[in-house]
Amino acid sequence: MAGDSATTAGQATGAAANAARPGWRGLAADVAGDRQMFRVPWGKAMMWIFLLSDTFIFGTFLTGYMSVRIAATTQWPNPSEVFALTIAGHTLPLILIAIMTFVLITSSGTMALAVNYAYRRERGRCAALMMATAAFGALFVSMQAFEWSKLIAEGVRPWSNPMGSAQFGASFFMITGFHGMHVSAGVIYLLIVARRVLAGRYERTGNYDIVEIAGLYWHFVDLVWVFIFALFYLW
Amino acid sequence: MSAATEALAGADAHPRHPLGLYFKVWGLLFLLSALSYMVDVLQLQGVLRWTLIVTLMLAKAVLIVAVFMHLRWERLALICVVVIPPAALLVLAGLMVLESDYVFAARMLYFR
Repeated sequence: MAGDSATTAGQATGAAANAARPGWRGLAADVAGDRQMFRVPWGKAMMWIFLLSDTFIFGTFLTGYMSVRIAATTQWPNPSEVFALTIAGHTLPLILIAIMTFVLITSSGTMALAVNYAYRRERGRCAALMMATAAFGALFVSMQAFEWSKLIAEGVRPWSNPMGSAQFGASFFMITGFHGMHVSAGVIYLLIVARRVLAGRYERTGNYDIVEIAGLYWHFVDLVWVFIFALFYLW
Repeated sequence: MSAATEALAGADAHPRHPLGLYFKVWGLLFLLSALSYMVDVLQLQGVLRWTLIVTLMLAKAVLIVAVFMHLRWERLALICVVVIPPAALLVLAGLMVLESDYVFAARMLYFR
């Protein structure tokens, strides 16, 4: 709020009048508002709108995958077996995906703490937690690279696979690939912001909103994985 | 930062929650993920499997969006913009289930 007070000085009185109105009255005031609908920092509103557009991309990907899977007349490979790993003589179903899920949830936890410390103005802890988040993200992408290599070695291609329906390969590489790209971009994004937090860039303006905005992106990546985990790997 | 903006930031834009809240949600997400993994380990089938998968998925999604992404504490105008449009995707998904069931039936009849 402090950061954009300069840019929205003209509507400061309007914002002050409406800021305290919660619920439906607040909604009516926001929508009927003079020039500014979202009374949040502009960066946060823009990130939410970007994430909304991303929701539609992932939503249509998952819907497309669902369509080809339902319409396939050939046997769909059993993800439980495809993603099983043999560790110390025991074949564990879906174990790699389970570990990846826990890694990503843990990264979401450290990110939430980083946002909390940003608002407490403890920039050392905030940056350390963001870097931990990025490290978990990098670990996730590495495990995904391992998973991809294993499947490619087993002959899975976007147009065919030895285990059954050809659509399996197309769906797998497209959905997990697009998600992995988001994680990789997020790791870079988090590292850049963490470096700036550590350097004291936001100390000067007292505006740590960027940490929460980066956090929104990161939690969204985790959120998408929740849906991929359920709809692709557990189906 | 003036006292007024500080108060505003604390009350509206930047909720300062105790760390315990995040640890609780974190633990809950771990538990829910473990449960959804158990659905596969136990090889549950049919309606039970689907009910559990979808319920656990939605529970995790709500926890992440509401607490980690702080949407619970946002203004209703923003909540509506974020939550209502994805509902259109559910309509699309529903239509595509009907469509792909039809495609499957047609393939079984004519192209097998």
